[in-house]
Amino acid sequence: MSGTFVGMPAFPEAARDAVGNPTLRGNLRHATHTIRAKRDRAVAELADWAQLREAGRRIKDHTLRHLDRYLEQLEASVTAAGGTVHWAADAEEANRIVTRLVKETGESEVVKVKSMATQEIGLNEALEAAGVRAYETDLAELIVQLGHDRPSHILVPAIHRNRGEIRDIFTREMGSWGRPAPEGLTDRPADLAEAARVHLREKFLRAKVGVSGANFMVAETGTLVVVESEGNGRMCLTLPETLISVVGIEKIVPTWRDLEVFLQTLPRSSTAERMNPYTSTWTGTTDEDGPRAFHLVLLDNGRTDTLADQVGRQALRCIRCSACLNVCPVYERAGGHAYGSVYPGPIGAILTPQLRGTASEIDASLPYASSLCGACYEACPVAIDIPEVLVHLRERVVQGGPAVRRGNKVVLRPAKGHAAERAAMRAAGWAFAHPGALRTGQRLASRSRRLHPRTLPGPGRAWTGSRDLPAVPAEPFRDWWQRTRGGKDAK
Amino acid sequence: MRVALFLTCVNDTLYPDTGRAVVRLLTRLGVEVDFPMGQTCCGQAHYNTGYRHEAEPLARRFAEVFGGYDAVVTPSASCGAMVRELYPRMGERARAEGRGDSLARTVAPVVAKTYELTEFLVDVVGVTDVGAWYPHRVTYHPTCHGLRALGLGDRPRRLLEAVRGLELVELPGAEECCGFGGTFAVKNAAVSAAMGADKVRNAGSTGAEVLCAGDNSCLMHIGGTLSRLGADMRPVHIAEILASTEEEPAL
Repeated sequence: MSGTFVGMPAFPEAARDAVGNPTLRGNLRHATHTIRAKRDRAVAELADWAQLREAGRRIKDHTLRHLDRYLEQLEASVTAAGGTVHWAADAEEANRIVTRLVKETGESEVVKVKSMATQEIGLNEALEAAGVRAYETDLAELIVQLGHDRPSHILVPAIHRNRGEIRDIFTREMGSWGRPAPEGLTDRPADLAEAARVHLREKFLRAKVGVSGANFMVAETGTLVVVESEGNGRMCLTLPETLISVVGIEKIVPTWRDLEVFLQTLPRSSTAERMNPYTSTWTGTTDEDGPRAFHLVLLDNGRTDTLADQVGRQALRCIRCSACLNVCPVYERAGGHAYGSVYPGPIGAILTPQLRGTASEIDASLPYASSLCGACYEACPVAIDIPEVLVHLRERVVQGGPAVRRGNKVVLRPAKGHAAERAAMRAAGWAFAHPGALRTGQRLASRSRRLHPRTLPGPGRAWTGSRDLPAVPAEPFRDWWQRTRGGKDAK
Repeated sequence: MRVALFLTCVNDTLYPDTGRAVVRLLTRLGVEVDFPMGQTCCGQAHYNTGYRHEAEPLARRFAEVFGGYDAVVTPSASCGAMVRELYPRMGERARAEGRGDSLARTVAPVVAKTYELTEFLVDVVGVTDVGAWYPHRVTYHPTCHGLRALGLGDRPRRLLEAVRGLELVELPGAEECCGFGGTFAVKNAAVSAAMGADKVRNAGSTGAEVLCAGDNSCLMHIGGTLSRLGADMRPVHIAEILASTEEEPAL
């Protein structure tokens, strides 16, 4: 399972493998159903949940509409507070900046706070190539890193692993990364946590450079915010001499007051807690307290292009809570790896094809990784209408059309492999515009019904592989209606 | 009141019994219903698969065919949601693309008077006891578009609870999608089939003879799965249960 997401098969193939893996199915089912039930209870406690959700949506929409202004305000605030702001147009530029900053400290290792942005740009791999070792310190990210694995969930990246698998990974791998796991490690949660604590403590005390992302950036004061459960993040944010934060440009909120909304909706939506255990905030640097140097790398990497899309831009409201993953019946069965990106689940299916485009096979298949059941939209604390964006992206895949790529207006060509579908849709459109033709087709189906095979060849096998076909009736409804004058005559 | 039945292309072609049940039910309740022969398809499959432009002529046709009626009733929550939720959105998109207000204005009148069957019964006719008799153990699957797009709430349940002889049993995981999802069922067949198998397993645990829903496309998927797995349970559209009486019982 090691390596990157590049060269992933399209979603349906990857998902088919996952569906056939009973351990994975069991792990995911147990985890998602547990968190689903907890979240329902945590949300139901708040009488004003609908208003909070609407407020969150509005704050994000307002900020995105004036993103240029708030970004400049943020840069000024961070600089005034003693930080240094860097702008990265894409993953490569961000990685180059971070690598240079680490190299300038003379260090060859960094400790990391769990961060989606640094996963998105592949920072660990870039640092590794430059001779710098990056240690993940979030428990689940540690499991993924030690297991030479990939994250499969936004909040709990090792959700696909059970306790026994984690014990095996710790026992096998910890020694080559630092302090080995204790002899005879059991799979009791407390023992596993203790092994991780001891292993990580050594790294916290030694590291001179910390790397983080952020959940929010407050434009008015230049404050960054990280919410977490373990406290390991706070270790990385406070102990090292240099702190480098890589943050997507959409993570801004205008004022501290806006945090009031998200600090209620985020924990309840993600871990189903009223409040997360650790909320760390920092503003530039402070003499004799915390890191002496602070660098903020503002990451675009497709976000401005996404912002240019009237329908798709709502994906930028996302606060990475993972509620949509936990309620998604497709995610529950396909698992996170099938999405071929660090952003799995429903939000990944709309975010990845916008950030990366739809040129690759996996990215073009993501908008179809949904039955459009709407559970994600219902659970989303910032009201992202994920089904609406999925359908919009399907249109982009099959029909092409205008889009913005790296700031330039382009006209995308329709993706390959949809010619037969396109022809079928056009033919159906024609038949539905000519009721006479539709009727002829219906009658033909009815009269030949005894000849219909139980299983279909070609693409039809996708249906009959697991389901029987419905029996075609002796006559369509409209024939009955006409024959009996709407049932007034004999049956 | 002039009421039109929008049966949907799937029901017209594959499930005429559902259409006949709606006609029988509404007639019994004193509602005269017409079936305009010009109706075809709402365009949902086109729209949801990414062919919005191909769906537009179907939306216009729908508005034209049903424009002259006071109410349009459909025994399909997903086609009902297509009209009510997505026709206005198509109009907005056309406007945003600089193609004017024509589509939005054309569909607006018919959007407001289109009802899913259980909505029409409870909200417009004002009944929950439709005088039905159906002596079977039934479990109800609320389909996604009925539940989350149209917000049907407890309307179907109230109608079923008033049916004489019917024993309604709770479906575990009722609100989870059955895995049909239109073209999803073939584009992601493995996941779709796994979702269908889980739905069928949950339904089987209730001991019900009948799995009832308000959408035959979902029932086609669930029923096809039941049949393939050799399960002893029948998929039945809610209209056929509500139309059933002692004098004229459904099977």
